[in-house]
Amino acid sequence: MELHGLSVTEAAAKLRSGETTSVALTEAMLKRIEAHNPALNAFLTVTADLALELAKQADARIKAGTASPLTGVPIAIKDVICIKGVQATAGSLILKGYRPPYNATVVEKLLAAGVVILGKTNTDEFAMGSSTENSAYGPTRNPWDTSRVPGGSSGGSAAAVAARLAFGALGTDTGGSVRQPASLCGVVGLKPSYGRVSRYGLIAFASSLDQIGVIARTADDAALLLEAIAGHDPNDGTSMPTPVPNYRSELSGDLKGLRIGLPKEYFISGVQTEVSDAVRAAVKVLESLGAAVREVSLPNTDLALSTYYIIAPAEASANLARFDGVRYGPRADADSMWDEYRKTRGAGFGPEVKRRIMLGTYALSTGYYDAYYLQAQKVRTLIKGDFDTAFKDVDVIACPTSPHTAFKIGEKVNDPLAMYLEDVFTLPGSLAGIAGVSVNCGFDGNGLPIGLQLLSPAFTEERLLRVAHQYQQATEWHKRSPKI
Amino acid sequence: MPLTLEEVQHIAELAKLELTEEEQAQFREQLSAVLDYAAQLRAVDTSAIPPTATVLPLRTVLRDDVVKPSLRREDLLANAPEQEAGCFRVPAVLE
Repeated sequence: MELHGLSVTEAAAKLRSGETTSVALTEAMLKRIEAHNPALNAFLTVTADLALELAKQADARIKAGTASPLTGVPIAIKDVICIKGVQATAGSLILKGYRPPYNATVVEKLLAAGVVILGKTNTDEFAMGSSTENSAYGPTRNPWDTSRVPGGSSGGSAAAVAARLAFGALGTDTGGSVRQPASLCGVVGLKPSYGRVSRYGLIAFASSLDQIGVIARTADDAALLLEAIAGHDPNDGTSMPTPVPNYRSELSGDLKGLRIGLPKEYFISGVQTEVSDAVRAAVKVLESLGAAVREVSLPNTDLALSTYYIIAPAEASANLARFDGVRYGPRADADSMWDEYRKTRGAGFGPEVKRRIMLGTYALSTGYYDAYYLQAQKVRTLIKGDFDTAFKDVDVIACPTSPHTAFKIGEKVNDPLAMYLEDVFTLPGSLAGIAGVSVNCGFDGNGLPIGLQLLSPAFTEERLLRVAHQYQQATEWHKRSPKI
Repeated sequence: MPLTLEEVQHIAELAKLELTEEEQAQFREQLSAVLDYAAQLRAVDTSAIPPTATVLPLRTVLRDDVVKPSLRREDLLANAPEQEAGCFRVPAVLE
């Protein structure tokens, strides 16, 4: 097998045995990026020099016997996560040229593990979107069909992993932005529980929802990456002190006695038939592996979209107030400070970000706060309660990740509500702060990947990873790769 | 209920966003559609439901009040469009 076809764990094993070197893996990936990124636009910045330097260090570490399981493996980082000295745009013109003076905690952890960073991946502007079309630097294209979107907002990361331009990647998930692009690109996308991974050095979108997650081709790889980045961080007051399990050692447990719930509200008309059929077939596989399946109800599901599109924009409007042309980014010429703010922000933000700032500002403004923001926070309690109740009867919830497979570029870009509906199955789990993973469970008639979403209670990522891993051991979908 | 153009302009001013006339018209329509959809929330009886601001059990996490090294001033200023004497330079605040 060619080097780029290896999984993270296979690449790590070959590094350990001396069959290959980190420099060889890195050069192979940089070559692929050079060949295929012009067509896909998965990477916004390629850090070739940094990558080769890190690869040399990794090879020395492997030789010295001080390597960690990820040492020498090249991966990609979504462009909303800060790497010291490397441009971080968040997909926005308002941060063009910004070079962070520090590393995000997840980057520090990956560097300490000896990971090689290939570059920064494309994203919807400030992670706001479901198609990566909202990037100021052009859309990313889906490697399975370049006329289609890769999903979003971590579309660059998902496309890079699917196209074998990186062995794994970091993304972020606020309302589905790791799981949905993983689904549309046919890879594994894990959104950890809120508080599992430090957000320090992540450019904030909606602070009560944002969580850094991992994208890889196998659950085994995702386990390895999650273990490297999870854990408490004194620099993030919302990171939990809960100990980090050895996720890989939990993968082998069987599924006997595992209780899986199918939420009836997620198997409804409006979902592409091939999607619900593939998800039901995947659940049959899990049943054959020993799981017991029953129907559950999450009665407030239909309120999640409204709740999310009040809470997330409200938090975004506050977080994005910092972009004023004073400390970073381009500044518009103006005679007074307020005028400078208006013009800088008017020129620097794209349409979707402006829309959400407007929506959030409205929901928080005098006279509307109680009716919109406070009411949405109360309904959030109901949505979280649905999951608490369901998880008394089942261990894992299984459902589609996205109601449709990848749609055409431009198809939904002028209809915000239609675009928001693409996240209808990922938003509830985000509002509840629980763990979720999307794993490829088949393809539709156009050869486009379909995602199975698994959800489990907060801080039980090992359970999700075990189910996803056992599913991949019993099936072959994850072995397919797009022809690029 | 659709937003008025005046409301759109008022929100844009609160958010300090300069919008073109086209953007104002477009946002008026699109935001009205989203708010119409979100009006479903008002029908939910939440009189006995507390709000969820965070899903975590943590409240007001404090660090020890000790002096630690911080980032260097020149590094923090390096991204600024304009700086002067170790400060961020901005246009006149008072007119």
